[in-house]
Formats: sequence, C-alpha cells, structure tokens
Amino acid sequence: MKKLRERAAELLSQGVVSLVLGYEEGTKRPRPLFCRNSVNAEKLIFDSRCIHNLAVYITKKELVGKERFAVTAPISTLRSIMQLFVENQLNEEKLLVLTVDLNGELREFTTFDEIAAYVAQFELKRGEREQELLSKIEGMTREERWKFWMEEMSHCFKCYACRSACPLCYCSKCVVEVNRPQWINPWPAPLANMEWHINRAMHMVGRCTACGACGDACPIGIPIDLITRKMMEDMAPEFGYIPGQPAKQGNALSTWKLDDREQFIR
Amino acid sequence: MSSNTDFEPKIIAFVCNWCTYAGADLTGTSRLKYATNVKIVRFPCTGRIDFLLLLKSFAQGADGVIVSGCHPNDCHYTSGNFHARRRWIAFRSVLDLMGVDIRRIQYSWVSAAEGSKWADLVNNTVADIRALGPYAEYQKVADYLEKEGYNEEA
Repeated sequence: MKKLRERAAELLSQGVVSLVLGYEEGTKRPRPLFCRNSVNAEKLIFDSRCIHNLAVYITKKELVGKERFAVTAPISTLRSIMQLFVENQLNEEKLLVLTVDLNGELREFTTFDEIAAYVAQFELKRGEREQELLSKIEGMTREERWKFWMEEMSHCFKCYACRSACPLCYCSKCVVEVNRPQWINPWPAPLANMEWHINRAMHMVGRCTACGACGDACPIGIPIDLITRKMMEDMAPEFGYIPGQPAKQGNALSTWKLDDREQFIR
Repeated sequence: MSSNTDFEPKIIAFVCNWCTYAGADLTGTSRLKYATNVKIVRFPCTGRIDFLLLLKSFAQGADGVIVSGCHPNDCHYTSGNFHARRRWIAFRSVLDLMGVDIRRIQYSWVSAAEGSKWADLVNNTVADIRALGPYAEYQKVADYLEKEGYNEEA
C-alpha cells in the first residue's frame, strides 16, 4: 500500500498521468478516489475491501482520450478492463493500470497483453455466496425458480444502479430510455422489472466477466449478478470461450459457427 | 392431438419473409388445413426478431410462440439465421434460469417449399400448448398493475 501511494505520487508529480483512480477510506467502506495531486495520493488504499469496479469510470467521455490516467484494479476489475480492450473501448496509450499482487508487490501494466498474462494465473471461481445461491436455484423446479425471481423482482424499484455500476454497460443511450415505442415500461412492476433484467442479461452474453458489481450495487440486495454469472458459465462451453477471459474471437452474439447447437429447433 | 378441454391456445408466430412466410403461403395455396390458433407476424429476417418481442407476446396474452425462418445456409441475408440461432441459445438459457416456461416457445426452420411442414409445426405446437394449458402464470404478472397484488395471491 505504501508502494502504491509512493508510485501514485511519483506518477502525478512527474506528470506521467494527470489522474489516479483509486480507493480511499470512506465512512463504512472504501470509496472511489479521484486523485489529481501527489498530496491526495497519501489517502490511497488498496485491500480486499476495495470492491468498487473502477473500470466503470474509464469509458466515460470525460476521461477517455482526453488525458493519460492510472487506475488501481483488483483482479475482477482487470478482467473488466480486458473485456473493454477487446471491445475497443480503451486507448492503451492513455491508460496505466496499477495493481498489488498477492505478495504485496506493486504491478504496473500498460498493454492488454501484460494484463492478460497476469490475470491468466487466476482462475475464475464461484465464491461462497454465489455457490450457495446458485446451487439453491439450480435445485429448484421451473415453477419455483419463477416464484423465486418474481419475489426478488417485486422488490426492484428500477434505480438502475446495476446499470451504472457495470463497467460493460457503457451505451450512451440505454434501451430502457427508448420510448418510441416504450420498449420496457419505466415503472417498477414485476413484469417490467423482469423484462429489464432479462434485457440486461442478454446484452451481457459473452461479455460479463462476473465482477459482481451489479449485485453489490443493488440497494435492496437482489442477487442480479447471478443472472449474468450463470449465463456466462452456461454460454462459455456453448460458444467456446473461458469464463473470466475475454473472447478475442469476437462477441458471442455478433459471431456464429455453422455447428452451433440446434437440437431445440424443430 | 385432441384434448378434452375447451381451451383454445393463442399462438403468435414470428416468421421471416423469405422462407417461412412463403412456406405458410404455400400451405394455403396447397389447400392444406391447419389449426387456426396462430397469428403470423412477418419479419424481414429471423435476425430481426428481437428476443423481447417473444416476451411481449406472452405479456399480451399469447399462450405460445413460434419462431421460424430459413434453414441454415438458406438465409436471404446470408447469416441472419445463424445470428438468430445464437441469440436463441442464450435466450433459452436466461429464460430457463428465470423460470419462464421455455416449452412454450417453439423454434423451427421452415423453407418456402415446406408448406406441409408448416401445417405440422402449427398443429403440433397447438397440441403441445393445449396440453400445457393457458400461460396464466405469466399473465398474472403482466396484469399486475391492473390487479395490484401479485404477492397477496402467491
């Protein structure tokens, strides 16, 4: 952590970057810090409580292409950054990625390949919570699953925090704001909520890196990250990619193979 | 194929202009009789059929949905049906996780020359949906705002 602060201060004072995106101590948990000078770099922290996915900021038009900046990223954020690279959303020349590895050593990445090589050592696994909930859901009958999700969806009040927290939800105009015709009703009713979440999941096919930011962001704790996570796990063998690693052969839904599964087609 | 209930399923068919729509046309000109429960919506290509349209038809009271287009390699636009197939694979997985009844969505390839296949497809789907009964579960959620109180009944 000390090394991170020193390096951040150095980068800022030397003018290598004009901004370091990191975490600082908040009232209850760490919060994002936009650090623009070496004095502020003293506030930087980096530990296991830092769960905000800062990759969400790096595609914002206020940042992208304007200045060179650094971002501190745990593994889950690195995965998001890789996916953003694959989708041509980032500029390697304007981005510096900082992370602290398991031995407490500071690591710096400037290119996609460096990040990919580092992340490749870490296998994407279900955490305890995901394992518990997903095995519960997998054990349900269809009717029970419907009931479970309808109960969960009835709490959703469409704050769209899930959308804001997701680094891969970077469309400048979202499908829920389309109102000619009103594609998804804006009010929070179970059907409109479910349509929104199905839509969100469908837009994440082959893209979700299971960082869990959407689930963490949900103010009422709907386990929405499980929808995209399960989808990722199910679709990976189907479309031939490895969960947690970006699909370099193209997005799952914008490519196809002649022998895609079709036994469900009569 | 017959059932002992009076329930007549409402089926919406999303078909592509170049194959299945022409195929359904052939069914008619060949004077083949088939179930009248189906309402056909014509699309330029299966690739144009948005996944949400299928859900919208359930919300509007459909009991079953047919999605049909050109056989692989027959697409008028070369690859529309390949893209659609991928989307359906993913969509089925999401719907299954959410507990939507995926047996009510029937996917098929019907070419412009397969008038009898279209008749069979519709007849079989109507029989399947008749056996499943009305999709009241989805309807109840769709009518939530009019009736208020999904949780009270559940």
